[in-house]
Amino acid sequence: MSSVGELLDRGTVVRAAVAVTLLAIAIFVLPHIAGSDWITTFTSVAIYSVVALGFGILYGRAGMISLGQVALLTIGCWIGTRLAYATALPFPLLLLAAGGITCAIGVLVGLPALRLSGIYFALITLMFAGATTVVLQVTDFPNGGGGFKGRSVTGALTTSTPPVRRPSWAEGDVAYYRYTVIVCALLFLIALVHVASKPGRAWASIRESEPAALAAGVNITLYKLWAFALASFSTGVAGFLLAAQVGVPRAITFQTQDSLTLAATALIGGIFSLWGAIVAGAFNQLLPFLFQAQWGVNPNFLLIIFGAGLLQVLLTAPGGLADQFPKDMLNLGRLVVRTVRKLVPAKGTAS
Amino acid sequence: MIRVEGLTVRFAGVTPIDDMTVEFAGGTCGLIGPNGAGKTTFFNVLSGFVRPAAGAITAFGENVLRMADYKRARWGLRRTFQTEMAIEKLSVFDNVAMIHEHSGAKRVSRRSDVLAAIDFVGLQASPKAKVGGLGAHERRLVEIARAVVGQPRVVLLDEPGAGLPDEQTEELGVVIQRIPEQFDALVILVDHDMSLVSTCCQTTAVLDFGKLIASGPTREVLRDEHVMRAYLGTETDV
Repeated sequence: MSSVGELLDRGTVVRAAVAVTLLAIAIFVLPHIAGSDWITTFTSVAIYSVVALGFGILYGRAGMISLGQVALLTIGCWIGTRLAYATALPFPLLLLAAGGITCAIGVLVGLPALRLSGIYFALITLMFAGATTVVLQVTDFPNGGGGFKGRSVTGALTTSTPPVRRPSWAEGDVAYYRYTVIVCALLFLIALVHVASKPGRAWASIRESEPAALAAGVNITLYKLWAFALASFSTGVAGFLLAAQVGVPRAITFQTQDSLTLAATALIGGIFSLWGAIVAGAFNQLLPFLFQAQWGVNPNFLLIIFGAGLLQVLLTAPGGLADQFPKDMLNLGRLVVRTVRKLVPAKGTAS
Repeated sequence: MIRVEGLTVRFAGVTPIDDMTVEFAGGTCGLIGPNGAGKTTFFNVLSGFVRPAAGAITAFGENVLRMADYKRARWGLRRTFQTEMAIEKLSVFDNVAMIHEHSGAKRVSRRSDVLAAIDFVGLQASPKAKVGGLGAHERRLVEIARAVVGQPRVVLLDEPGAGLPDEQTEELGVVIQRIPEQFDALVILVDHDMSLVSTCCQTTAVLDFGKLIASGPTREVLRDEHVMRAYLGTETDV
């Protein structure tokens, strides 16, 4: 961290100021100008940003392509839901428990990454996502009822299935949106601290070249599993936030292909930047809302748009929108300044 | 001192190093030989990437082969690669700092040690500059700064002059020559540039098809008949 403190440059200060401003707008301004359906959507955007953040840590930082991130979200959602039904634990402890248990499962899922890489590891994690979907649908998650197993007498979801509880001071949608944004911001902060310090540099080294990382003294096993632990913890916490948002989570909500869509949107947003995860969250949740609820267009068309967007990003902007957009805006600004400078003397000459 | 005894490496049907016994006494030692002679394989054995079929390597009294691969850098074994591998997405400072933080050196001295290593190699670029934006020569210097930060004992340089123009190779040679004195480390230099090897190295060992064919003072080794035949061509080429 010494390097961060000592070598703080203007860019870092500007980025921090922009982040704090956007966070303040999200917490204090948006709830006053957005309707309830928008607030629900923004809550989902924050949650899926954290899922994309996990994908970004694994692929963008440590170079491991995991296509099982939505499965980990599902597991966090399931664990949190069961614990909420079965215990009287306070909400923050439920968040930590969901994150902690998902973290342990995520580390187990990451073990093959010590031997496999690239497409092979991606396939293994995709199979894991598929298996999670199958298991939860077979067990009819969550199937209502109390206790840890949650099997109701009738064996089916009923309208009497109690919703997963929210924090006592954030039971309304707006308050819960604020709560979610704050928790997600904390998860981003934890990720930022990791990326800017020893683990982040070790992951960058592993991504560049494992032999070089080894020769630099990096314990590759430890740091790969560390990346999985961080990504899985964050995704598990996001999973329980999602459970309390929807109230009664259903297995059908989580599909295997969601992991692929998430990977595509994370790449479009930009996997080398934490901002990219926020863009990915917006693509994942805001665009379907706009298509379906606002414009009345079938949101399945988004798959085509995501495909085209992914192609565009891979060909022309590997850093994603988070990297490309500021550059484009800077170029646009320079163009405007140049044009104005050309026009002003021309006018002076004419007069 | 590094003592190598009876080192043999076998890959399916190939023996890139065959019963190699040699000593690298101190200072800057050359290790030369034609392509495929086993030089990089020897470095890879030292780094722990390749497990030898037989033999032993002792460095300053320590059995190197018994150390876990990732712990060797912490012990003081550092290296560069033929294709330079400084981390493009990190700044110069962070590239060097990441080695320091895995070296076991004290955290309080990290900033000063890192800046001293960058200063030692004579890098003109800002420590904040991303390595991805640097030229080939500057990246080589970053790699050497990474290799010397945080109390190195053995520095392995694998063709550091590859692809560089003569003038920059000469500058690199000046930096390499200063490593043993400045850091009290033993340097083993692999390179095909004989002028760089003869400038930097007091002693040189020569490998050919995995076998050690000569070792001793560099000037004598480069005039050795077997060496010239195996590696340098005819005497007039030298």
